[in-house]
Amino acid sequence: MTTKAKKPTPVEKKLVGLADLVIQAAERSKDPTLQIPIRALSNVSFNERKGMIEMGEKKQARSFFNVGMAKKFMQTMLVADALAELQRAELTTSLREIYYRTKHTIKDSHENTFDTQDESDPIIEDLEVSLAALREELHVRAENAGSIVGPVVFGDDGDRVDCSKLGKGGYSVPSIVEPEYLEIRRCTADFVLLVEKGTQWNRLSEDKFWRRYNCILLTGNGQPPRGVRRLARRLHEEWRLPIYVLVDNDPWGYYIYSVVKQGSINLAFESQRMAIPKAKFIGLSSADPERYGLPRNVGIKLNDKDMARAKELMNYQWFKKPAWQAEIKRMLTSGLKYELDALANKDFQYLTKQYLPRKLRERDWLD
Amino acid sequence: MTTKRESVAVTRLIPAVAQSAPDPAARRKPSSNPVERVTAVEMGARQREISVSEFFTKNRHLLGFDNPRKALLTCVKEAVDNALDACEEAGILPDVTVRLEVVPIDGVTAPATQATRFRLTVTDNGPGIVRQQIPRIFAKLLYGSKFHRLRMSRGQQGIGISAAGMYAQLTTGKPVRIISRTGPRAAAHFFEVQIDTKKNEPLVHESKQIDWDQPQGTQVTLEVEGRYQKGRASVDEWLEQTSIANPHARLIYHTPEGETKEYVRAYHEMPPSPREIKPHPYGIEFGMFLKMLQDTKSHTVAGFLASDFCRISPSLADEMCKAAKVTPAMKPRDLKGSAAETLYRTIQHTKIMAPPTNCLSPIGEKAILSGLYKQIKGEFYTAVTRPPAVYRGNPFVIEAGLAYGRRSDEQNKPEKPIAPKAEGEHEEDDVELARVIRYANRVPLLYQQSACATFKAVLGLSWKNYGVAQSRGALPAGPMVIFVHMASVWVPFTSESKEAIADYDEIHKEITLALRECGRRLGLYLRRRERAASEYRRRNIFELYIEEVVEACNRLKGGKVPKEKLKKQLQHIALSRTGGTKTDEVLGKTGGGPEGLPHSIIVTESGVESEVSVASESGPEQASEASETRAGHRDEAAGGGSPSESKSGGSKHLNRGQSPGKPTAKGSRTGLFGGWTDGKDKADQALSWSAKRAAHARRGTTA
Repeated sequence: MTTKAKKPTPVEKKLVGLADLVIQAAERSKDPTLQIPIRALSNVSFNERKGMIEMGEKKQARSFFNVGMAKKFMQTMLVADALAELQRAELTTSLREIYYRTKHTIKDSHENTFDTQDESDPIIEDLEVSLAALREELHVRAENAGSIVGPVVFGDDGDRVDCSKLGKGGYSVPSIVEPEYLEIRRCTADFVLLVEKGTQWNRLSEDKFWRRYNCILLTGNGQPPRGVRRLARRLHEEWRLPIYVLVDNDPWGYYIYSVVKQGSINLAFESQRMAIPKAKFIGLSSADPERYGLPRNVGIKLNDKDMARAKELMNYQWFKKPAWQAEIKRMLTSGLKYELDALANKDFQYLTKQYLPRKLRERDWLD
Repeated sequence: MTTKRESVAVTRLIPAVAQSAPDPAARRKPSSNPVERVTAVEMGARQREISVSEFFTKNRHLLGFDNPRKALLTCVKEAVDNALDACEEAGILPDVTVRLEVVPIDGVTAPATQATRFRLTVTDNGPGIVRQQIPRIFAKLLYGSKFHRLRMSRGQQGIGISAAGMYAQLTTGKPVRIISRTGPRAAAHFFEVQIDTKKNEPLVHESKQIDWDQPQGTQVTLEVEGRYQKGRASVDEWLEQTSIANPHARLIYHTPEGETKEYVRAYHEMPPSPREIKPHPYGIEFGMFLKMLQDTKSHTVAGFLASDFCRISPSLADEMCKAAKVTPAMKPRDLKGSAAETLYRTIQHTKIMAPPTNCLSPIGEKAILSGLYKQIKGEFYTAVTRPPAVYRGNPFVIEAGLAYGRRSDEQNKPEKPIAPKAEGEHEEDDVELARVIRYANRVPLLYQQSACATFKAVLGLSWKNYGVAQSRGALPAGPMVIFVHMASVWVPFTSESKEAIADYDEIHKEITLALRECGRRLGLYLRRRERAASEYRRRNIFELYIEEVVEACNRLKGGKVPKEKLKKQLQHIALSRTGGTKTDEVLGKTGGGPEGLPHSIIVTESGVESEVSVASESGPEQASEASETRAGHRDEAAGGGSPSESKSGGSKHLNRGQSPGKPTAKGSRTGLFGGWTDGKDKADQALSWSAKRAAHARRGTTA
């Protein structure tokens, strides 16, 4: 954070390296080519010892003088340029702003460098992977899409944020939660409950569930963004808090849990810093409807996509544990999925007063 | 033949009336509903002759006067057809002026698109009409020179123009006005005529000699109810299409909106005058045969066969008579009943040479090309004239043409300044379908496209083989105009109003063959162009992006990159990876004609490549100017009177018109006239055995 003639950051150096690559290739009349690790199931492996997904070694060449890749190559250089600009100016920005920053019409043509944001987003991920730089390090932030409430105190830009005194709205989790940006000053909770849906998080927050059971309530509103995952990981690592995940009973819920636990396929390279191998799946389990007497009529029929996705999950190595195979099979045989909200069928506060207390008491969760 | 059908229709009306009364059901139950009985005598009193004119007054849709818009088109069509036929028969290069004006009603002139009454004036430079014939030609149905002979012409029955006159009379009450002059020394006659619809006879209202500024020709003026609307099946479209198929004609069109459109003459030779032929025995039905037996001037059956039909020699006539056990010396009038039928059948089963084809006057490949090139902006043109073929004893020729693509100068017009595209905006991919333009004896057919043999043949062809997209059962997609022309002594229309060609197997096959050849050439052109363009596009992409990449590198390096050097290095790599200078050659940037593409024109940015010199000669701007001088020249020639003189005059001009600098393609520089001689050679070899066999086979299957 010094001024003027500061040294380039390591990330900036890596970005400038791309320009050197082009210049050197041109000198030798070679086709400038980038090597980009492949972000797909084919290039990840599950490390059973560590309990997380790791990225493989497979790479994809992106050459300039190839009709199919020329445009992507050009776009990659433009994005690299914009990211370097951020580094020098010490600013952070959003994916969308990067898109606008790099978009222009190419000279003497009708063609735009980018037509939609869908073209620039994957390129940023490509750069993250190939430069082995985290998105935070690239100064790109996502939206603040998470909330937290509970007995924890943060230091954010020098402000003290006590999450037990923020009413039922809680604190909005920033997308960058690295220690330089967000400091965890004090935490007295016993565990963290990561809830898939904002609605159920609201229910728990409103009922002051966290006070009664001395826990932190965290939500990512669906698939939790990096900030939420990273914060959960920090609470787990730095404060030794167990993490429990509460999601809908459907294949997508299972996958959210697995992303929190083992990391995602797309961003496997970030598992190191994001995955929480000891996270537990607390519900909704396919066994719950029977155990808690949820009527069949609050279930939703699985559609073809759900079924296909469930079968896909069963083939993932990290779902091979017998308990998980049984869990997913049970859902497939019943042919139904259940939302967390369905618990309201019994009572508005069923989740807070009956379901979770019983789960915690019975230590009824999946690993 | 049409008269026959018409008269059948007329007589059918009478029995229809007669039968309606004695309904068997009504007879059985007289009590419930007292039916008024009509005696045969009473009925007889009501039965009387119906004149053809009366019949058509009531059934005007049969002649193409169903609605005001179509009626206006039909009037223009009939008048222009007559003008062109007259000029061609007299060997004069036609100069036709069409003027459509809005007629004010109660002193108010409505805008052209809302007006309901129009004055149509068509003026030609033809031979004129002798004074005595004028009233009958314009005001008597079924009167004309074209019906009683087998010879290719636009009009056939002598109904057209008088029907238009009758329509005028019916809707506005105004007579037809005619000015005609047979030569500069003759006087110009002015007539106002109407039809007496009861008698189908002309009524002359006015007849006088006047001064006329034209040395020769005819002018017809009609005042009709109509509707003027541009677009599909409009007068404008019809005239445009007419000028494509008649590039030897010069058309001037004064639209009701006050514009003047000129369709210049792009081809300076008269189409060869078609000969008249006798009917071919295969094309005659038994009833007709009986009638011919009665009407013949010959005194013997053998003589009748040999003189009233084509392709029957006296010896063949004798042979056939013997085979049918008919005495060759018998009087034709005495041959009746089963004997006549035996003879007829024998004739049908005898191998007879196919009819001669000099009765046809196809447009010719080069003329089609010049017509298409003149009217349609495209990148590729081709044309095919098939050798003559025969259906039901009628010889015919199919011609097809293609114009493909958008000419780049059209696209680059500064209609839209290059605006950067926002998100969600895309280049419009237009999926426009090909347009089919159909002709019968050089007359455009605008209605009933889907009933037409030509249209069916276009649909039936797999255009995908030629690199053109086509969805199932649809026209091929692409910026394309498909031209199909059928020339025949008797074009089989599906209805009286001459809108669609009937789908005879022989005709369908010929159209398909012609289209296939056009498609093959188009495919060749498209493939060649595509190959070159894809290489070019590759390099273009790289060139486009190099700039961006260099700039990005420069910024990344903090502005310390030798930009020009890096750019040069990258461009060098690009060039070496995309075929280098070779691509330029393939792209035709260095010239190189349309090899392997006979009778085709290719238009590229740098100019026109073709073996047809007309293409380079009449560029869009030069054309009108050139045609002015030529028109003048022709006028002199025509004034002199001899058509042969006018021809040579035209050709001299043409040779001068060829600018030596323009690249015509390798080798042949035959110019426009080569085309026709080619065609004629083909016509002479004519009627191959295969065509004949086809005719036989067809009859075999029907029998």
